[in-house]
Amino acid sequence: MAPCLPPAEKARGKRAALSFAAVALVLGLPLWWKTTETYRASLPYAGISALGSLRFQLTVPVSVVFAKGALPGAQQRRLPFADTQEEERLLNPKTSVTSRYETTYRSATATEQAALAMATVQEADAELLLLQEDSLGALTVYVIPETSPLLPQGVGVYVGKHRSAVMRGTQGPGDVLAAISARVQQTVQAMSFTTDSITTALSDRVPMDQLGTDTRRPFKSSLGYEITFSLLNPDPKSHDVHWDIEAAVNSYVQPFLDKLGSVANFSVDSQILYYAVLGVSPRFDKASSSFILSALSLPHVINPVEARLGSSATSLYPVLNFLLYVPERVHSPLYIQDKDGAAVGTNAFHSPRWGGIMVYNIDHPAPDKAPLPLRVDVDMVRVMEVFLAQLRLLFGISQVPLPEEFLLESPGNNGLTDWELDRLLWTRTVENIATVSTTLTSLAQLLDKIGNIVIKDDVASEVYHAVASAQTAMLELASGHLGSAFQASKEAVTSSERAFFDPSLLHLLYFPDDQKFAIYIPLFLPMAVPILLSLVKILREAKQSKKEPIKTD
Amino acid sequence: MAGAVAAVLGLLLLLGSAGGSTGPPRDSLREELLLSPLPSGDLAATFQFRARWDSELHREGVSHYRLFPKALGQLISKFLVRELHLSLTQGFWRTRTWGQPYLQAPAGAELWVWFQDSVTDVDKAWKELSNILSGIFCASLNFIDSTNTVTPTASFKPLGLANVTDHHLLRYAVLPREVVCTENLTPWKKLLPCGSKAGLAVLLKAERLFHTSYHSQAVHIRPICRDASCQSVSWELRQTLTVVFDTFSIGQGKRDWSLFKMFSRTVTEACPLASESKIYVDISSKTQENELLEVTPLPLSMHEASVQGDRRTYAVYDLLSPSLFNVSRSLNVQLKWKRPQDSLDLSTPVLHAQRYVSGYGLQTGEISTLIYNTHPYRAFPVILLETVPWYLRLYVHTLVITTKGKENKPSYIHYQPAQDRRRPHLLEMLIQLPANSVTKITIQFERALLKWTEYTPDPNHGFYVSPSVLSALVPSVIAMKAEDAEQSPLFTSLFPSSDGSSYFVRLYTEPLLVNLPTPDFSMPYNVICLTCTVVAVCYGSFYNLLTRTFHVEEPSRGGLAKRLANIIRKVRGVPPL
Repeated sequence: MAPCLPPAEKARGKRAALSFAAVALVLGLPLWWKTTETYRASLPYAGISALGSLRFQLTVPVSVVFAKGALPGAQQRRLPFADTQEEERLLNPKTSVTSRYETTYRSATATEQAALAMATVQEADAELLLLQEDSLGALTVYVIPETSPLLPQGVGVYVGKHRSAVMRGTQGPGDVLAAISARVQQTVQAMSFTTDSITTALSDRVPMDQLGTDTRRPFKSSLGYEITFSLLNPDPKSHDVHWDIEAAVNSYVQPFLDKLGSVANFSVDSQILYYAVLGVSPRFDKASSSFILSALSLPHVINPVEARLGSSATSLYPVLNFLLYVPERVHSPLYIQDKDGAAVGTNAFHSPRWGGIMVYNIDHPAPDKAPLPLRVDVDMVRVMEVFLAQLRLLFGISQVPLPEEFLLESPGNNGLTDWELDRLLWTRTVENIATVSTTLTSLAQLLDKIGNIVIKDDVASEVYHAVASAQTAMLELASGHLGSAFQASKEAVTSSERAFFDPSLLHLLYFPDDQKFAIYIPLFLPMAVPILLSLVKILREAKQSKKEPIKTD
Repeated sequence: MAGAVAAVLGLLLLLGSAGGSTGPPRDSLREELLLSPLPSGDLAATFQFRARWDSELHREGVSHYRLFPKALGQLISKFLVRELHLSLTQGFWRTRTWGQPYLQAPAGAELWVWFQDSVTDVDKAWKELSNILSGIFCASLNFIDSTNTVTPTASFKPLGLANVTDHHLLRYAVLPREVVCTENLTPWKKLLPCGSKAGLAVLLKAERLFHTSYHSQAVHIRPICRDASCQSVSWELRQTLTVVFDTFSIGQGKRDWSLFKMFSRTVTEACPLASESKIYVDISSKTQENELLEVTPLPLSMHEASVQGDRRTYAVYDLLSPSLFNVSRSLNVQLKWKRPQDSLDLSTPVLHAQRYVSGYGLQTGEISTLIYNTHPYRAFPVILLETVPWYLRLYVHTLVITTKGKENKPSYIHYQPAQDRRRPHLLEMLIQLPANSVTKITIQFERALLKWTEYTPDPNHGFYVSPSVLSALVPSVIAMKAEDAEQSPLFTSLFPSSDGSSYFVRLYTEPLLVNLPTPDFSMPYNVICLTCTVVAVCYGSFYNLLTRTFHVEEPSRGGLAKRLANIIRKVRGVPPL
């Protein structure tokens, strides 16, 4: 710049340039920012990251009741007293499970004493049910004298239909409490949860090698299930198969599902599919003149059939399929062989998290005797026994291996005992909380990564609700309220899924950066370049004017 | 005495009901194929599969399905559907040359549903239902929304048992753009109990079915009377498929055809689940010479029926009769014309219609519909339903209906104007058609400008306007006798017959293709660039004016001429300038 400029004129130019820059910065930038901003409601990131590390504390209230004569006098006087046992297990750095047994020891009341004096243990069990308050997860163990005739010979522990067990005490001079405590522990674990069952529920968070094969079998926890019974008749020309599925469902499956009604919603339907064949052709075995499906070929059986089954059109719940397959006339009788080559007794198999298939063979009268098609009425008792067992397996209601002296009462008409329901609730609650934690964590990660996603207020409120419900569920678990913990965990799952799958999250997801710049550059580049250049010039001049006085000195 | 009789009757009824619950199957299946040579020389094949279920679908809890497909049954019970009619069609039924169709459907997809009166939010149920159907049939029915849904007041009455005629429970939509292909046929076939493994359905080979001039597949679900007394309801699922083969191109210029030539398959057995499985061949001829054509193998029986005002003779092949497959293992119905027919007597059907769009330019236009009544001496009324999308703005004052040069006043008119981006125009009229006349209906429209995101990916192709629907009770030339619906062939029994003197016909006109003013789609970006450039140029000069400092500069050394002059002066020793 020519040095002969009047300083006032020079300063005016500088000030004009600076004020342009100031207007662009103070007015333009915020205006642009505000008008192009996406609405993002605030989310409880702290709560979500706190849920990321799950420290489960599962509290089981247990009361041990001593019948008259079960304890020596000295120990009898110490009753009642309470005791707490804790055991922690670290599954991974972010997940741990603490099982806590809050045991109260007391002596039997007069009515309980009367119940325990009944003739059979089944009657006693029914009588004792009336005396307990009905609370999910709370267990009672009755200890009777060793000489009591209530339990059959050779049976040490009787686990009833409800939430109580009767245990034979030990006679002797030693500490009876210490002697029975191991068995009490074993009984209580069998009736509530074991660390293995909890690990199974948390299978998503545990490395694969720590898990057995059985852990992937049960269905994932869901708010509802569709149960579909399908009768596959690939050869309607020779077999006219009838099944009274309606009556069978009402008498066998419905009581079981009614019992599980608090866990999930169920809907049951059935269909008959004709000309539906299995994917593999069975091998003919000359020795037994029958057809054989080997265990190795079973994985290929399901896929072709599944195309015919059809998913449920009206709900989004997972479907449990139970197929009854009546083999074609030319392929019958058909038997399923296990890995060792022995025929499977039930002639059925199940597929993890999918359902079960049973092969139902038909006795053929001598050819030419009966006209075709042959009318067949399916023996539903035989079929339902198998399907009900598979249903229990697929829901994860499996037996804990117990010593021989344990006698388990059969679940009776319901197909499910109260303590089995408790076991299911314990694992489902833990699984639900883990699911919520995973869902919310990935949602938070996604929203953090992609800044363009609009977060609406209702999505945010669902997230808040999910976090709050999950925290409530954890607290309720720690205080031993199984029922309310399960309800809270269910709510948390519902809210978190609703937030995760909200369609509004998808709206701005695919607005690419290059389009944004293509629109901005024609405006921003010509405006920003003069401002930046004059700012650079002003800075340079300022530097020079500082240097100049030093030179003259 | 009377009491005793009543008691005995009651006992009998009880016994009857007890026997009924275990004895006969509660559902039945009938399958039928109708082969009818068309006046133009083409051949129409109409398949009908009817599953009838004596059960109440609208009940809670467990549902058990046998012949009725589970997917549709669940749909009916979840959405409380009273009646559902869905058709997917490729091509257009040319009524003038092909004659009156048994079942016509508009090109594209058509869906109309009657809901139960217990449905509170019909629009929501309709939306969810069309989405689920779209999944079941792999069709774009999910594009059905409020902009193409109408509630006709008179055109679509329930076809089945219904005492509710509150038309607010009805929804009707047509997607004329929908293309029908194999992916729609496969799920349709999957609904059949025998699939395509046995029975008439083995003929349904997609490769041949889509090599035709007209292909229409449909699903009709409706409640029907269980028996003559009509005390309880049965549900009927009718799956129909109509194809029209161009026999000239298949048969190298001959009109002879056979099952194998058309479907490249033959029938070997009936579906074992079907209680009735029949093939009907229309062998009636206009002239009295029955020897004109020859059908092989010889039909076992004949069926005479009066169909659509005409007496017709059908050769019947009952696939369930054991004698049919005695001679040969497969049935290949063949038809031979004894002498070549050169002059085709095209008898025009009593009622037919055509529609076109006229006008020039991209601002206004006119929709014209021509309805023909060729009946020699009977006049009859017809209900016309027009559904026009909102972007064609109809002007009702320009509606002109003329017959034989005179104005024809409709006796009933229902018009619901469109709302932009919300709902289409709906125009329903009851028009009297005099005998032997042509009625012309014209209405003018203006083309609206769409937002640039509302255009389809190929906007220059044009926008479809769904066909108009004509429903009429056409008087028949001959007297017809009422037949029992359960006994008569399926192709006669979908529409309820009123009395012997007239028959119900529903016709669809051609869909229209209308061009809308199409913008240049790079325009928004151009506008942004241009505006930004203008802003930048103005801003730049303004900025320069304000920040530059201007001052008068003394010329220091002058131009080139001065410098040259100075050099010369130096050389000369003269002082520079």
